[in-house]
Amino acid sequence: MRLITVAGPPSSGKTAIICKTAEALQADGVSVGVIKFDCLSSGDQALYERRGIPARTGLSGNLCPDHFYVSNIEECLDWGLQSGFDLLISESAGLCNRCAPHIKDVCAVCVVDNLSGVETPRKIGPMLKMADIVVITKGDIVSQAEREVFVHRIRQVNSSAVIIHVNGLTGQGGHELGRLLRDAAAVDSLQGKLLRFSMPAALCSYCLGQRRIGADFQMGNVKKMELG
Amino acid sequence: MINQYSDMTLDQLFCEHPHAREFFSALGLSALPAGQTLASTVAALDEELLLDVGIERQELLGQFCDYMAGVERLRSQQQALVASVTVLGGHDKSGNPENFRLELRPGEVTCIVGPTGSGKSRFLADIEWLAQGDSPTGRTVLINGAAPDLARRYAVEQKLVAQLSQNMNFVMDLSAEEFIQLHAESRMVADPAAITATILELANSLAGEQFTPATPVTALSGGQSRALMIADVACLSSSPIVLIDEIENAGIDRKRALSLLADQDKIVLMATHDPILALMGQQRLIFKNGGVSSIRSTSPAERANLTLFEAMDARLTAVRHALRNGEEIAGNF
Ligand SMILES: Nc1nc2c(ncn2[C@@H]2O[C@H](COP(=O)(O)OP(=O)(O)OP(=O)(O)O)[C@@H](O)[C@H]2O)c(=O)[nH]1
Ligand SMILES: [Zn+2]
Ligand SMILES: [Zn+2]
Repeated sequence: MRLITVAGPPSSGKTAIICKTAEALQADGVSVGVIKFDCLSSGDQALYERRGIPARTGLSGNLCPDHFYVSNIEECLDWGLQSGFDLLISESAGLCNRCAPHIKDVCAVCVVDNLSGVETPRKIGPMLKMADIVVITKGDIVSQAEREVFVHRIRQVNSSAVIIHVNGLTGQGGHELGRLLRDAAAVDSLQGKLLRFSMPAALCSYCLGQRRIGADFQMGNVKKMELG
Repeated sequence: MINQYSDMTLDQLFCEHPHAREFFSALGLSALPAGQTLASTVAALDEELLLDVGIERQELLGQFCDYMAGVERLRSQQQALVASVTVLGGHDKSGNPENFRLELRPGEVTCIVGPTGSGKSRFLADIEWLAQGDSPTGRTVLINGAAPDLARRYAVEQKLVAQLSQNMNFVMDLSAEEFIQLHAESRMVADPAAITATILELANSLAGEQFTPATPVTALSGGQSRALMIADVACLSSSPIVLIDEIENAGIDRKRALSLLADQDKIVLMATHDPILALMGQQRLIFKNGGVSSIRSTSPAERANLTLFEAMDARLTAVRHALRNGEEIAGNF
């Protein structure tokens, strides 16, 4: 089975492009399942299932969503293997713009949208920098000039990724993205595999449930701003 | 990793390769000391800082080299000339063969007609993605008469099709001049200021009402922004093919817009329902049931009709004008 990690800022169009791509793949006889990682609630599972795409949801609740993701991805892979999919796609939101659910030797996709502005590529960390494929959405509502500037800005932070435009509404480009995903390397186990980049450091007193504000209550991994 | 830039100081590097600076600022490393060699600067980078910006030390130099190679590629490209794009028919939705061989050449305008859902978008996607009999339509696309290098498919910097759709907006809050300049810089043209001036001038010659370089793009009227985008695509886009979704009649000189694109050696594809635009093309493709049902060259009789339609159009324009001026719509228009 092929495993694909898809990440991107909230509302960048991840669900939309996964649906379109999965539909194109299914039309070619490739079976696809989806795992959606989210924090509080998600209607995406129903959305996938309505399109005939088997899906499961993981809600991280009060845990860091990305830490939750790493602790569950192996079991998700097992679900995919048991279900007999050709391709399993995990969808997770890049909530802090720093974390990346990408795993070494597992095809990594980052979704960014043209509406988010030309400075955005500089603000997203390893999730964009370490992706193998960068999907750009919402090209239908901006000018050609902006699309070209946006691509250039992505190139500046990720010089080697395949960059592809997919329209999440019409599905244009979905067939082509599907073909790229089909060529991903097969993965049968995640045992011993590495994340492409460390997750943001955690474990300060607030991680552990502290609610009071003030130096006396701050312990663990605390970093202070320089306000000059 | 050792590379050709390792032994240069950052000062030298930024002086000889101004674009190098952008790589570091994009990464969030703009405050690096300038006097040491690149290799020793990278070696001395704080572990914490690298974690913050999200890159590993051993990858930094390699990524920098890739980036510089990309810049060089863009610069030297000056676009390997596309002399023709050939589309070989596949089949429609029911599997009926299309049986055509269509040649598209720079400077020519081809119109695309047919109701929505008749297969126009898939046709354009086939061109954009250089279909090789492997898309849902089974069509094949050749460049300069030969099967293209398939690496080109996903080379976004060499995209074949630039698109001017009707519902496009500007999301950047910039003046017309800043906007075009930004585009010119990202295309790494030699003299961004000069080309910006040219584009603004051309756009004004297409638009009915004038705008200034300082006009914010978000304040441009529909006709003005359309004119600006057409001039921009004609002069700055790297793509040899321009796809236009209908040019509305309001506020833009359509004939001039098309000839501007043709003069810049673009292959123009225009989806339209407007008889005047449809007949302005050298040929038109008629879509039905997901396929091209026929291809028609604009005949001499049609050209004669075009002249007639243009005269009718000019009369209607005069009526519109009179309406706007509060005149009575009587007499001879
Ligand atoms: N115009 C346009 N809209 C799009 C495109 N892609 C997605 N959208 C819209 O953008 C909105 C967000 O898309 P989603 O697919 O829900 O985004 P997401 O990244 O999955 O969002 P979360 O899972 O909530 O983080 C939806 O309303 C989509 O219909 C596109 O290419 N063009
Ligand atoms: Zn996080
Ligand atoms: Zn914490």
